[in-house]
Amino acid sequence: MEGNGKPPVLVVLQLSGGNDFMNTVVPYTNPAYHDARPLVRVKEEEALAIDDTLAFHPSAAPLKDLYDRGTVAVVQGVGYPNSSRSHFRAMDIMHTCEPVALGTEGWVGRAIRELDPKKENVLTGVNLGRGLPRAMSVPGVPVTSVGNLDSYGLLTGISEERQREEALDTFKSMYSPAIGSGPVMEYLAQTGMDVLTGADQLKAAPATYESDVEYAGNAIAGSLRDVARVHTAGLGTRIFYVQHGGYDTHANEMPDHPVLLSDLSGAIMDFMQDLRDHDASDEVAILVFTEFGRRMRDNGTGTDHGSGGGAFVIGDRVAGGLYAEYPPLAPEQWLNGEDLRHTYDFRGLYSTVLEQWLSLEAAPIVNGQFEQIRPFVEAA
Amino acid sequence: MADGRIALTAHLLRRAGFGATREELEEAAARDYEAVVEDLLHPERFPEVDEDVMGRYFGWDITTLGAAPWLYRMANTRRPLQEKMALFWHHVFATAYSKSEHPVTLNRQIDTFRRVGMSDLPTILLELSRDPAMIFWLDNNENHRGEPNENYGRELLELFSMGVGNYTEQDLKMAARAFTGWTFTQPIPLYPHGHYQSSFVYDPEAHDDSEKSFLGETGRLTGEDIIDIIARQPATPRFIARHLYNFFVADEPQVPAWSVEPPRDPDAIDAMTAAYFESGFEMRSVLRVLFNSDSFKNARHRKVKSPAELVTGILKLVGTHRFPQPGFEAYAEATKMMGQELLNPPTVEGWHTGKEWIDGGTLNERVNFAVNEVAPDKPGVQSFIAGLTSGKTSLPPDEMVERSLDLAGPVAVGKETRAGLTRFAETSGGLSFATEEESSLSTAKAARMLQLVVASREYQLA
Repeated sequence: MEGNGKPPVLVVLQLSGGNDFMNTVVPYTNPAYHDARPLVRVKEEEALAIDDTLAFHPSAAPLKDLYDRGTVAVVQGVGYPNSSRSHFRAMDIMHTCEPVALGTEGWVGRAIRELDPKKENVLTGVNLGRGLPRAMSVPGVPVTSVGNLDSYGLLTGISEERQREEALDTFKSMYSPAIGSGPVMEYLAQTGMDVLTGADQLKAAPATYESDVEYAGNAIAGSLRDVARVHTAGLGTRIFYVQHGGYDTHANEMPDHPVLLSDLSGAIMDFMQDLRDHDASDEVAILVFTEFGRRMRDNGTGTDHGSGGGAFVIGDRVAGGLYAEYPPLAPEQWLNGEDLRHTYDFRGLYSTVLEQWLSLEAAPIVNGQFEQIRPFVEAA
Repeated sequence: MADGRIALTAHLLRRAGFGATREELEEAAARDYEAVVEDLLHPERFPEVDEDVMGRYFGWDITTLGAAPWLYRMANTRRPLQEKMALFWHHVFATAYSKSEHPVTLNRQIDTFRRVGMSDLPTILLELSRDPAMIFWLDNNENHRGEPNENYGRELLELFSMGVGNYTEQDLKMAARAFTGWTFTQPIPLYPHGHYQSSFVYDPEAHDDSEKSFLGETGRLTGEDIIDIIARQPATPRFIARHLYNFFVADEPQVPAWSVEPPRDPDAIDAMTAAYFESGFEMRSVLRVLFNSDSFKNARHRKVKSPAELVTGILKLVGTHRFPQPGFEAYAEATKMMGQELLNPPTVEGWHTGKEWIDGGTLNERVNFAVNEVAPDKPGVQSFIAGLTSGKTSLPPDEMVERSLDLAGPVAVGKETRAGLTRFAETSGGLSFATEEESSLSTAKAARMLQLVVASREYQLA
């Protein structure tokens, strides 16, 4: 992807728990939707219309604004055959692109390996938040995972500088890689050394960042602000990973889901503004995904696990609009009589981003050839 | 041999409890191993932690979210396995504060695990199904006749008892219907901060009393029937045994892999399964087989410590756990930064354990926490230093390394760690307590040595 001459950067934003896509991009004029969702739905008059058939949830107004600016690609009906209804299996599948067997390598980790085959930069892939996602985990591929950007760094409690240096030297020898010490010890060694290297470089991020954007106080806003801090420090990160949890709306969806959508879309709006202020928006694309959609019918106060979700690709170089097909809503079309049918394979979406944005060969990363969409602005 | 006993006993007390001080360790190592196991299996032989003391010093009571008090209990209990089993069930039946924001019911849930955690599985599952925190967490209060909510039924089968692949989607729907009407006495009031206790209630109006088929049995099945049927399935003890193995013995892959990947040690799973059926589904009997097995005894350092284990282990090492002190909440914050916020697991799957406890961010937190806690003025560090020299006025570098590794665990280390520590000991020229000046210098060096030991890779392993 040609942009402003800077290498393209991907932000993967995971919505954990199974976002109710149908209540995010709402088929607000379709009677089948209102029939299936008597209690857990967006009313026609409240929906933020995109066209005659689809509308954003009113709490996703910032996302609608970005959509109107032409920077949001809505990817409809994302899923895969025989969708798993288990959160954990489903998330594993989304992370490893292995719907049948058990995958051991994450797709983002594989992409990082291709982007930095000589392991020259431990910050090529950065996870911001607690817990390294399976998607980033590939044995032997260094990634940096930062729980708290402001306190990242080893043995910082030893205040006397010479003594700290001495202790860090010992740490280095204790963590030097040993062949044949077993996968856990090798992993610990690699992680320890990566922290040493990464922490040195990451110090620059909080130190240099200045911004007029005031992010909200919620978790996803904090994570995206951290992405902005690291990205604008120019440390060579090509893939960022952040997570936003709480989407498992079996109950109380009417009060809870709007808060999630409002936090999420507000954070994305602020993040994009922050990037633009730093002249750093052209090289960034955000991929928003979730492990599955939810059941066609509501259960009274929420929705149970389903299939056929949806995703977003967002950025100033994105050609906004609707991609793939909205799952058919007529009851006779429902999968197993109760689910949204997926219309587009998630591996096609990953392939799209990998090939058209990051210029990587997708097939070995997603385990096969899948149909791509064209959500990016063609280079002039 | 004496050293072997110390190492084996330390292993048992780390796994079946939260570690031990050196004195506790030496006392237990002098006893018969199986007798120590029996004491662990019978918490009623020992007094409970004095809750009044906790309340007096900290104002901790049932309305405070119990992560810090729980860590205090873990570090001080004389019933370590009871507490460890409560943590085990919290890992398996992961219920989070994030949804209910209601400490009272969550604290009560952990109390229930303490009370029934080693009893028979049907009792445990029944208590779980009637637990208000669980009912709210998995929406069973929204599970009504004609409008079933599958959340609890699904996770009961998938995560709490049998594991994927041992039942059909149809079985799952039937299980959900059998638990319709299982709810609690009043909606949990989130605001204003109403600390009302809630209790289980069965609402016959909401219960679906129609005929259901579940795992081949048909009738007007109730929730009790479902639990009864689950407990008799061979898949159930195998699933629970694998959880026990992963928690107490050696790291397994994460739960979603279990339907595909065979267990690391199938014989261990078979032995626990047999004990389960022979004892009438009793966890205590399963644990007895587990802790007395060679498979357990030989599994030293084959698990990554959970953050709760790391923090309580360090507290015992530095000896500050005994004194209720202001700021104990910081230890709850520490486990959270290491990826384990007690009473608030990320999802109903609980925490990913083993190697997945470790990434750059969490390793950074673990190492810095351990190093910062090891300060020369702490009682455990002082007795460590006294133990290093055991009355002698000097200690050469190689002995300094050996003694430190022994007193800190014992910790068995690989050659890189040994090389790093030895180089440090040699650079500092060993320890000497001949003069006052040398003494103060050597105290600092010894404390630094202990800091380096707890910063090592090997110290991350249980």
